[in-house]
Amino acid sequence: MSGGAPGGTGAQRRRGDRRGHGNIVAPLPFPAAARRELGNPQLRANLRRATHTIRDRRARVVGETPDWAHLRAAGAAIKDDVLARLPELLEQFEAAATAAGATVHWARDAAEARALVTDLVRGTGSAEVVKVKSMATQEIGLNEALAEAGITVVETDLAELIVQLADDTPSHILVPAIHYNRRQIREIFADRMPGVDLDALTDEPAALAEAARRYLRDRFLNARVAISGANFAVAETGTLVVVESEGNGRMCLTLPETLISVVGVEKLLPTFRDLEVFLQLLPRSATGERMNPYTSMWTGVTPGDGPRALHVVLLDNGRTDTLADPVGRQALRCIRCSACLNVCPVYERVGGHAYGSVYPGPIGAILSPQLTGLDAGANRSLPYASTLCGACFDVCPVRIDIPQVLVHLRQRDVDARRGQPSPERMAMRALSWVMRDRRRYAAALRAARRGAAPLRLLTAGGEVRRLPWPLSAWTSSRDAPLPAARTFRDWWAERTAHGGREDGRDQG
Amino acid sequence: MTRADEARGSAREEILARIRAARPTTSVAVPRRYRTAPAVAGAADADLLDLLVDRLVDYRATVRRCAPVDLAEALAGLLGAVPTVVVPAGAPEHWLSAYPGRIRRDGDPVPLTVADLDEPGLAVVTGCAVAVAQTGTLVLDGGPEQGRRLLSLVPDHHLCVVRADQVVAGVPEGLARLDDPTRPITMISGPSATSDIELNRVEGVHGPRRLDVLLVG
Repeated sequence: MSGGAPGGTGAQRRRGDRRGHGNIVAPLPFPAAARRELGNPQLRANLRRATHTIRDRRARVVGETPDWAHLRAAGAAIKDDVLARLPELLEQFEAAATAAGATVHWARDAAEARALVTDLVRGTGSAEVVKVKSMATQEIGLNEALAEAGITVVETDLAELIVQLADDTPSHILVPAIHYNRRQIREIFADRMPGVDLDALTDEPAALAEAARRYLRDRFLNARVAISGANFAVAETGTLVVVESEGNGRMCLTLPETLISVVGVEKLLPTFRDLEVFLQLLPRSATGERMNPYTSMWTGVTPGDGPRALHVVLLDNGRTDTLADPVGRQALRCIRCSACLNVCPVYERVGGHAYGSVYPGPIGAILSPQLTGLDAGANRSLPYASTLCGACFDVCPVRIDIPQVLVHLRQRDVDARRGQPSPERMAMRALSWVMRDRRRYAAALRAARRGAAPLRLLTAGGEVRRLPWPLSAWTSSRDAPLPAARTFRDWWAERTAHGGREDGRDQG
Repeated sequence: MTRADEARGSAREEILARIRAARPTTSVAVPRRYRTAPAVAGAADADLLDLLVDRLVDYRATVRRCAPVDLAEALAGLLGAVPTVVVPAGAPEHWLSAYPGRIRRDGDPVPLTVADLDEPGLAVVTGCAVAVAQTGTLVLDGGPEQGRRLLSLVPDHHLCVVRADQVVAGVPEGLARLDDPTRPITMISGPSATSDIELNRVEGVHGPRRLDVLLVG
């Protein structure tokens, strides 16, 4: 990352910023939401199986790419370059896309983007839209807004369709239905997919994919309006890029008359050539394939081929706030591959819903609170949802140092609340008073040892599972060790009293 | 200027101003030490073609190889009993000279409709702009032998003719070969597939479920 003043804390943050909002605000603190999710053993089994499958596949295709480290370095630098030149590149993109026949719109936040897209759809006179999976539209809650306006939204990505039919929310960036296994998906289709052929519907993945194909086919062929996101937007040419597998993206990008693409401002790449880096990094990191089945690139409108009208909505929604933090801004390099989710020991156990945002896992823990500000909902709890093991940094194709940003955000959180009383701060202050004086410290240790003596008789392993309040806050998620039967200080004192020969080995 | 236009204008100005205030000020040099040149000289290198075949088969595409003089026969063989074949406006006549079924050429006399292309049992034959061996990727860019995007999308069976001189080693060479990146571009790596159920790859969703590749030369 480039230099600048460290921190971006407190008073340095500009006031009156337009914060991001939408489906990126955790309603529950992470520990509470995690406890809820951990109560579901089926979820853990599904997640474990899926994340391990994808991890192994990714490792294999990354291992066969000898220049992987160079590709990552280039990917990170290209994105940093984009952030440094963002205003110029956005203007260049706008000019190129407009010249090619697109209409470019700008949205400061989720509400503005929702209103814009709703008006655009209304303007077409269509009451139904088909959608390509897009994180930006999930982030701004577009489906909910369109439904409120009486517009039917059909999600066409298989996993999105599963989630939509189940009336659930996504739990993974790439595979929103990762928390369901094949048997559960079959049940959802059988109960909720209109016109599904129950006889043909087994829990074989091929049969489930076939059911989705039949269900969506007519909708694709008759759709007049489609909504997409974009994986990349090329400033030089005004080109948008969508990377996908099933062909639902191609259907939506090719057949309807009107296409509306919602694109975060950080999705830009300076030149078409830069795609040579990201089209190698993304599929290997995302699905563990050398290349995903389909990649579509389109520039404005092409007479006789594809939509006749293209609208591009450039979205801020907290991205400029994130950009202002010299440490945290690296999160804007993210290309939404979800490799960090798949390797995360925390995500593997709690799943995506525990994070309360459409961006779960390690990247979500640094992205959601930065987009919204730490004080939105329970988002300040997200940077603590990590063991800081660093696996996410190792796999990140654009080298986002997620542990560094997690620690930085924890620091920002603590700094922001320094003036407020808290049990932790009181305990630390008391401890500090005790430890400042040798005699006080020794007395406290003796007292603790005496207090723990009866407990030692009751516990075999020298650890306590549950302590009384207020120490129960500590033991609610960990065991507490008992004080040692003899302290180092006591041992040292005895040793000196016996002339330094207590165990006879001191002379060596 | 309507009020909506004004709101749009002010959103644009506000976002750009906020980015100018927030962005880092140091410039960034991009190190491009990754592999960009072909590992071996000569695009038609036999190893490269073998690699492409290996990768395509790995995606469960059907691959046949033939000499240029045998193209029509090989194509007819791959199409087998397919009753109707669609070709782009600029596909060479001789490609289908040995094929006995019905041939529909896009734009002759009018562009084919979605309903035309959704006919059961129909196959489409296209060329490509370039093929990338390492990733098993066919790149279509709307050139005369490839046609409009929906041609290779709506039919359930896509047959792609690849000439040996169109095969390159990696993604960087492949993208560099494209004449005009602003044409609609589709990169195809195997038949339509999904990994959405337990992260296992399953072939056959919305795009063509059968992908055949005829490698010529």
